[in-house]
Amino acid sequence: MINPSEDGNDEMETKPITSSLSDVAKATQARKQPGSGALGVGLEARGIHAWFGDKLVLRDISLDFWSGTVTALIGPSGCGKSTFIRTLNRMHEFIPGAAMAGEVLLNGQDIYEQGTDVTKIRLKVGMVFQKPNPFPSMTIADNVLAGLKLAQLKTENKDDLLEECLERAGLWNEVKDRLNAYGGSLSGGQQQRLCIARSLAVRPEVLLMDEPCSALDPGSTLKIEETIQHLSSSMTIIIVTHNMQQAARVSDYTGFFLSDGGPGELVEVGPTSEIFSRPKDIRTENYVTGRFG
Amino acid sequence: MSQTTGTKIKPTRPWKRTPKQQALITLNLLIGAVVSYLVVLATPMKGKLAYLAIFFIAVIVVNFVESYIKSGLAAAKDSIATSFATAGLIIAVVPIFSILFTIFDRGRAGLNFNLFLHDMKANGPNDPLGQGGLLHALVGSGIMVGIALLISLPIGILTAIYLTEIKGIYSRPIKFLVQAMSGVPSIVAGLFILSAIVFPITKSSSGLMGGFALSILMIPTIARTSEEVLLLIPNDLREAGVALGGTQWRTISLIVVPAAKSGLITATILGLARVAGETAPLVLVSGGGDAVNPNPFHAPMGSLPFYIWKGFTFGTPESIARSWAGIFVLLSLIFLLFIAARTLSGSGSKK
Repeated sequence: MINPSEDGNDEMETKPITSSLSDVAKATQARKQPGSGALGVGLEARGIHAWFGDKLVLRDISLDFWSGTVTALIGPSGCGKSTFIRTLNRMHEFIPGAAMAGEVLLNGQDIYEQGTDVTKIRLKVGMVFQKPNPFPSMTIADNVLAGLKLAQLKTENKDDLLEECLERAGLWNEVKDRLNAYGGSLSGGQQQRLCIARSLAVRPEVLLMDEPCSALDPGSTLKIEETIQHLSSSMTIIIVTHNMQQAARVSDYTGFFLSDGGPGELVEVGPTSEIFSRPKDIRTENYVTGRFG
Repeated sequence: MSQTTGTKIKPTRPWKRTPKQQALITLNLLIGAVVSYLVVLATPMKGKLAYLAIFFIAVIVVNFVESYIKSGLAAAKDSIATSFATAGLIIAVVPIFSILFTIFDRGRAGLNFNLFLHDMKANGPNDPLGQGGLLHALVGSGIMVGIALLISLPIGILTAIYLTEIKGIYSRPIKFLVQAMSGVPSIVAGLFILSAIVFPITKSSSGLMGGFALSILMIPTIARTSEEVLLLIPNDLREAGVALGGTQWRTISLIVVPAAKSGLITATILGLARVAGETAPLVLVSGGGDAVNPNPFHAPMGSLPFYIWKGFTFGTPESIARSWAGIFVLLSLIFLLFIAARTLSGSGSKK
């Protein structure tokens, strides 16, 4: 019963979820062979531990993220996926009582090294949040360019940057006639793409996405996924998702996190097609086939 | 979803009272009125209060009986709670309208256009109405409240930012202090300025001292209201600002404060309204001249509350009429401030 389903067609009748997943996994395999599009390691996590107060919530996570690829982090709620990506741009430390151990290397430099300018790290490692959060006091255009103002960056041509970012986020055509409307006037999916455009404006090398589609309808989710695929050629993308089909559709690599009541651990990481069709660990197998979680 | 043809369907509101139920409620009230009339007639009780009390009890009983017959004991108990809540509302609202009506009624006599053009330099409070005015009080109140605002607005909002955004180690004691301060009796604020600045340093009352005293009362109001407004700003926005490479201060000033703008304006106006009518500290530290004095650093300065207080203590019919007119002007100003606060905070949250 729990053999990895190499051939999805076998179980078409009995287990539609499994079969559709491995179908998608095949499609992913065709799209990009692991390593082929990679430009080298963009971000390396080395032995990451994380605590909230005295409670260890993440144990010894080591993961490489290759430039030009999308890595999906999957796993049940509460297994530490979000905590993990928040250690990657030093947002973890905003939570009172938070602590961590380990190294995060961005281009070979540990971002936790003493004397590091945290704001510069966050410019290079951008973040898109679970709930769309455009700045309510700003227009669409101001929202996109907010990062420049916040980080006091200068740009040659704001209009070009504005158009480029909205274009890359797949939102330009929908908002080009109302750039001076408030961000809150957009639909949820558009707001989330506005937030993506906003994080692109400061030209990050890495983009962290914390369940970016969990508050969106399927149509908007599809648009965000298209956006992710467009972006992936030029940057490192790390996406946390509860939606396994989404992980299969958008990612090149998948990491599976799990917590058995204790701290979250990385069970397995590998090319997405393998995680969904030939997982090495039985727990991954059970999760991706929908037997638990 | 076929279009209904032929018979036209009328929109109905099945959750609203039917005319019959409405009539029944009116009948209940009528029964209550009749009972209270009869009871007062039959017993030695007298006066409006007696009518009201008997009416109230009678209506509760009638409603109770009606609900009990119709829907049982639970509904009957519910009707008692509803009756008490309605009575509470009436008891709370009647005095407010009574006050407003009285002020309008008594203030009318002293109101005239001259009030806003003249001061009391050449006139005594006993002169016929229409001579002299309260310009000096209006100017003085404006200047002192303005000074208080200049001092309190930055201190109040920065305190709120410290409490909600920076959350330093002193947050808890400061929060406690601010809460305690907002209950400080206004005369204590006046006495503090009197003993800390007026007696040892300036040795004379002036508008500036009045502004200082008012700011002691204003800072806690602005700080507390602003704190509550800032707490409503979702944490997501702060994280988004920081994740875009903003420092904490730039995130606060570019994202958090603009997002809370309308609420902060309301907080400010509430602070203004809180101190505009304060009398006690001004009697102590700003004195109360009868002439327009635009210089807050020199000589006593009049104010609306002082003008009102002075008129009443003088005690002649004319001076008391002047006071009522002053109350009317002061209340209108505060009322306008509240309307401004409501409008501004409403227009900000519509987006």
